Amino acid sequence: MSARINTIIFIVIAAFLIVSSAVFFVEEREKVILLRLGQIERADYEPGIYFKIPFVNNVKRFDSRILTLDATPARYLTGEKKNVSVDSFILWRIADEGVYYRSMGGDEARAQSRISQIIKDGLRGEFGKRTIQQVVSGDRTSMVSQMMSDANKVATKFGIEIVSVRIKRIDLPSEVSSSVYTRMEAERERVAKELRSQGAEEAEKIRSDADRRRTIILADAKREAEVLRGNGDASSTNIYALAYQQNSEFYSLYRRLTAYKNIFNGDDMLVIEPKGEFFNHFESSTKQ
Amino acid sequence: MAWNEPGKGDKDPWGGREDKGPPDIDEVVRKVQRKLGALFGGGSSGGGEESASSNGPVGLGLVLLVGFLVWLLSGIYIVDPAERGVVLRFGAFNDVTQPGPHWHIPYPIEGVEVVNVEQSRNAEIGYRSNSGRAGSTIHSESLMLTKDENIVDLKIAVQYKIKDAEAYLFNVRNPDLTLRQMTESAVRETVGKSKMDFVLTEGRSAIASSTEVLLQSMLDALETGLVITSVNMQDVQPPEQVQAAFADVVKAREDEVRQKNEAEAYANDIVPRARGAAFRVVQEAEAYKKQVIAQAEGDTSRFLQVMNEYEKAPAITRERLYIESMESVYTQSQKVMIDVSKGSNNMLYLPLDKMRNTGAMQQDRINLGNAITYPSSNSSSSSSSQVPVDSRSRGGR
Repeated sequence: MSARINTIIFIVIAAFLIVSSAVFFVEEREKVILLRLGQIERADYEPGIYFKIPFVNNVKRFDSRILTLDATPARYLTGEKKNVSVDSFILWRIADEGVYYRSMGGDEARAQSRISQIIKDGLRGEFGKRTIQQVVSGDRTSMVSQMMSDANKVATKFGIEIVSVRIKRIDLPSEVSSSVYTRMEAERERVAKELRSQGAEEAEKIRSDADRRRTIILADAKREAEVLRGNGDASSTNIYALAYQQNSEFYSLYRRLTAYKNIFNGDDMLVIEPKGEFFNHFESSTKQ
Repeated sequence: MAWNEPGKGDKDPWGGREDKGPPDIDEVVRKVQRKLGALFGGGSSGGGEESASSNGPVGLGLVLLVGFLVWLLSGIYIVDPAERGVVLRFGAFNDVTQPGPHWHIPYPIEGVEVVNVEQSRNAEIGYRSNSGRAGSTIHSESLMLTKDENIVDLKIAVQYKIKDAEAYLFNVRNPDLTLRQMTESAVRETVGKSKMDFVLTEGRSAIASSTEVLLQSMLDALETGLVITSVNMQDVQPPEQVQAAFADVVKAREDEVRQKNEAEAYANDIVPRARGAAFRVVQEAEAYKKQVIAQAEGDTSRFLQVMNEYEKAPAITRERLYIESMESVYTQSQKVMIDVSKGSNNMLYLPLDKMRNTGAMQQDRINLGNAITYPSSNSSSSSSSQVPVDSRSRGGR
């Protein structure tokens, strides 16, 4: 009874072991090759469930997804012999897992170092053909596309497809970037000076315009004032002339007498001889 | 790979699952049977045969049955509203399940990966925010070259979510990291095509939107299954090393305005004053005009009146006027009378310097008197009246 149970349990366990070593899954994100005693028997699996002969067949799994390789920044010489430090990343995938296994032994790190070498060579060539200006602001896609097709020719031999090479950062070396900063500063200074002197220019224009207006206003006023004064003088002269010419003899008498009174007043010291009409009677009551 | 690890089913907190479990558990069970039937072609009935044939040990059969049930129940899973379930059968993509309760054929035949497709994910370039606080700047990411070979310090944030759960899981190994790299690349490409002034001023939103377009096209080309919801320019600045110079330009712009304003203030100050002064000059001239005319009219009127009377008796009037005038003159003045006509040859010494002094003092006093007494009556007897000499003489001439 219990022996029978034990037998059943044994059979079940044995069946599990056999089945589990004879069956393998290919997952959606995997590429798989089946080895028979170290030889590639089959590659190019679709995801799903497959069988193998236990202990004879061996399964190697690789990632079927697109992989990102963040290349270390490298220095390249541009066309005008300037050094730039370029940080790029590479998207790649395993195209032919059989070839990949044979050439790289399935070692991803090895593959990545090989790829980054290929890309570095390609980029070096591309940068050498361009100036910094073209590299920074040119069409990056077209820059890498030619290089990529060359690189892919090499990579195919390793069963690798390079999907995309993207340039992230293009940096000037630190000694150059400090001179860039100096240049930027100088340029800002230029702009600042320009702005300030423009301000001074405008201010001077406004001031001088104001001064001009003031001078003109005052001069106009002065002209008008002199015209008015002239009018007044003319009118008064006319009035005097009309009046005094009516009896010029009396005018000369009247005006002189008024003038005498005006001239001699206060404490003027008069040294006089008792002569003249006024003093006619000063010495005798009848004279002339 | 082990065929059936018994631990798997037990690991599921399946008591809890029943709590959360759907009300239509019967239907789920029916689905289970249908699916199993389709898969094994009567596998379940085979299981039944086995337990029937074992016949003897009811305990073993029960254990197997319970184990089988547990295994079946381990296939129940729930997809939250924000999530999608990706069902894999033998590792191959099978189906995408929508939110709700679901059952998949338990491990190892089917598996499910649940992906949150609504959650907004965030990638920060140039800085890292520390849970809401202003984070630290990462210069190696934030400094970038512009078209005119200047350097700007730019921080950008990208919000994205998963558009296609299947693509997200199976096409790229690390989509989030790849997105970061691509964002950096796209931003730099966009900035590299723009001039610094544009980037720093009006181009901020343009940079963000063209980065978004470029980035989305790159993501689509790789079929990452990600969609960009927004690209936000957090901050654009000139690099720290030159910020002082940039700030100075801003100051210079202020200075420019200030200088203009000061000049305007000056103009606004002097021009109205000049207008006022001009008005005064004209008014004074007008006043002068009126004054001299009035003066002339007054003078002549007085003269004519006297003249009329004079003409009636010229001889005596003439005599009277003369004598009165002289009287007035001599009354007002100090006088020294010397009779030199009789041949007396006296030497006369006049202390002219002293006289001049007193005269000058006198002049002062008179001037003072002028100011106080003007205008005074012009009575002929009083000769102390001081008519403004200036206007009188002008008018007279």
